Amino acid sequence: MAMTTATTEITGTAPPADDRSNQPVAFKTRDVCVFYGDKQALFDVDLDINENQVTALIGPSGCGKSTYLRCLNRMNDTIDICRVTGKIELHGGDIYDKAVDVVHLRARVGMVFQKPNPFPKSIYDNVAYGPRIHGIATTKAETDEVVHNSLKKAGLLKEVADRLDQPGTGLSGGQQQRLCIARAIAVQPEVILMDEPCSALDPIATARIEELIDELRDQFTIVIVTHSMQQAARVSQRTAFFHLGDLVEVGDTSKIFNSPEDQRTQDYITGRFG
Amino acid sequence: MTNGTTLDMKAPALVMQEQKTNSQAMQAVQDSLERRYAAEKRFKLIGMGAVAVALFFLCLLFFTIISNGLPAFTETRIKLEVALSPQDIDPQGTREYNTLSTADYRSPVRQAVFDLFPDVTDRRGKRALFDMVSPGATFELRSMVLDDPNLIGQRITVEVPMSDDIDQLRKGHIDRNLAESDRRVKDNQIDWYDRLVARDLVVTQFNTTLFTAADSREPELAGILGAAMGSLFTMIVTLALSFPIAVAAAVYLEEFAPKNRLTQIIEVNINNLAAVPSIVFGLLGLAVFINFFGLPRSAPLVGGMVLALMTLPTIIIASRAALKAVPPSIREAALGLGASKMQTVGHHVLPLAMPGMLTGTIIGMAQALGETAPLLMIGMVAFIVDVPGSFTDPATVMPVQIYLWADAPERAFVERTSAAIMILLGFLITMNALAVVLRKKFERRW
Repeated sequence: MAMTTATTEITGTAPPADDRSNQPVAFKTRDVCVFYGDKQALFDVDLDINENQVTALIGPSGCGKSTYLRCLNRMNDTIDICRVTGKIELHGGDIYDKAVDVVHLRARVGMVFQKPNPFPKSIYDNVAYGPRIHGIATTKAETDEVVHNSLKKAGLLKEVADRLDQPGTGLSGGQQQRLCIARAIAVQPEVILMDEPCSALDPIATARIEELIDELRDQFTIVIVTHSMQQAARVSQRTAFFHLGDLVEVGDTSKIFNSPEDQRTQDYITGRFG
Repeated sequence: MTNGTTLDMKAPALVMQEQKTNSQAMQAVQDSLERRYAAEKRFKLIGMGAVAVALFFLCLLFFTIISNGLPAFTETRIKLEVALSPQDIDPQGTREYNTLSTADYRSPVRQAVFDLFPDVTDRRGKRALFDMVSPGATFELRSMVLDDPNLIGQRITVEVPMSDDIDQLRKGHIDRNLAESDRRVKDNQIDWYDRLVARDLVVTQFNTTLFTAADSREPELAGILGAAMGSLFTMIVTLALSFPIAVAAAVYLEEFAPKNRLTQIIEVNINNLAAVPSIVFGLLGLAVFINFFGLPRSAPLVGGMVLALMTLPTIIIASRAALKAVPPSIREAALGLGASKMQTVGHHVLPLAMPGMLTGTIIGMAQALGETAPLLMIGMVAFIVDVPGSFTDPATVMPVQIYLWADAPERAFVERTSAAIMILLGFLITMNALAVVLRKKFERRW
């Protein structure tokens, strides 16, 4: 009885399921295993991530959802002892192929981190950095345009328009995180990965970021790792539940929260563990 | 109702029980509190005592050095009326540089001194009298004439330095009550000196020689400039070599190198290198730079290279610590945007680590500035009377100059030693202050 109530409460705020189940696939991952030294963190994950949808990765701490996320833009490469096997394809191209330049990949797959991490530079330079290093914006006018558009898309322009030369670190936590999102979208990536983007923010800032994620979905494919099931229910169209390194269940968000197939998913979303 | 009464009845007993245990616990806390406060008080006292001892010795050090060194900043001069006769200096009247620079300026000075005391006629007396004036008088006269040849043929009044012994007598470092054989200034010289003072011919001046001359056998002609220039050239070489090498090594080890056994060994050995006695670096410099590569000895170039080797580990360790202190989130942010490793380091990590690196560098340089031992091995301990003008000129450095002066027998070198120490300490304090300022100025929050 109590269980059902909890489930309804969570899904009560969920957006109506999008009819996008036959969306083109952005990421196609097969048999992905990740090892940290001798320890295996992910076991044979098969997961498709649809274009222009928000895919939420949920699961208890240490379940491998962040590890999986970091495979998608090869951020795991920066960890010496980390080893990834299996196949990860972005629009049909294997991103772990030797011919793939990791720098180019990360320009296509942007990332927003758990803790807002703006560079200790001006707001303008924060956003302009990506386009500059990738040669997307070379002239001052181009850079100005990219910066303005990105800040606008990130819903930050109004708040910072008159102080673009101030340090990005002087903004509030929520503003910093939106600045990081603006910085990520300035490079025009195809996919944006978000690793618990709201866990360091207050509820109001979180609500703004969630709105923003919903708006960005039209242009970008978004993968978000979250600890908050409510958040997953609110912002995502598809949800994948990870547990102890296994992908337990994946499906439309409404289905995962209303009628999960696996007992572990059921237990997790009703708050039995995690 | 009945229920409530029983409860009420029970309650006081329970409360009392609790109170008793509480008060026991409070008593225990009270007892231990006193002990804890006593321990804290004891520790504070010991700490304050330690600070007081350290401060006392520091003050003692500064007091000794400053009280010893201050007199060196003044010098004693004598007013002489010198006749620059053309016969002595320029008989042909050509005014050529060679003639003027090799001319005899000693005789006019001698004559001027003898004129002050016409009663001194014997040879020994005259020699003792002339000894009261520094040989520097001759050199000063010469440079005056070279600057302005029109002085030839005139009678001019000049203030020329007196000998270091008279200088010491004036400063009260020579005890007039000692037996004549036990002091460097003889009775007749003291008598002449007193008569000169009575005639108002002796003046005390700020000692510019100390800042404009190199080393000399005569204390009144010795200055620190030669050693300071030597130190400057040495430091330039040290900085130019050690900073880029150390920063490159630190960045490579911290950001690029794989973390394996080899890098671990390198890391341990860098720390070991920091603990190697500095004289060993001197021997290394002697064997490699001078004997094998044939670089000139006593040269700031070699000294700088040796000191660069010595400061490398200090700067590497400080730089690595600075790099480690840059939060990983900054690296992730840059990498996540698609910056290459090099761009991440160059655009973000290095600028953030730079204040720490600079601090380490300045501390390393301050260490090198005060270093003596390795320079002894490569010949920078020589007696050099010229101010070095390039990286390969024979030179010495300030701490070595201090060592040389401390070794000299003349009383006047004692105060010059302390004065040189004051100047060196001034440089070191300035450098350390600069390190603090740099750190404060470029410290950025993230």
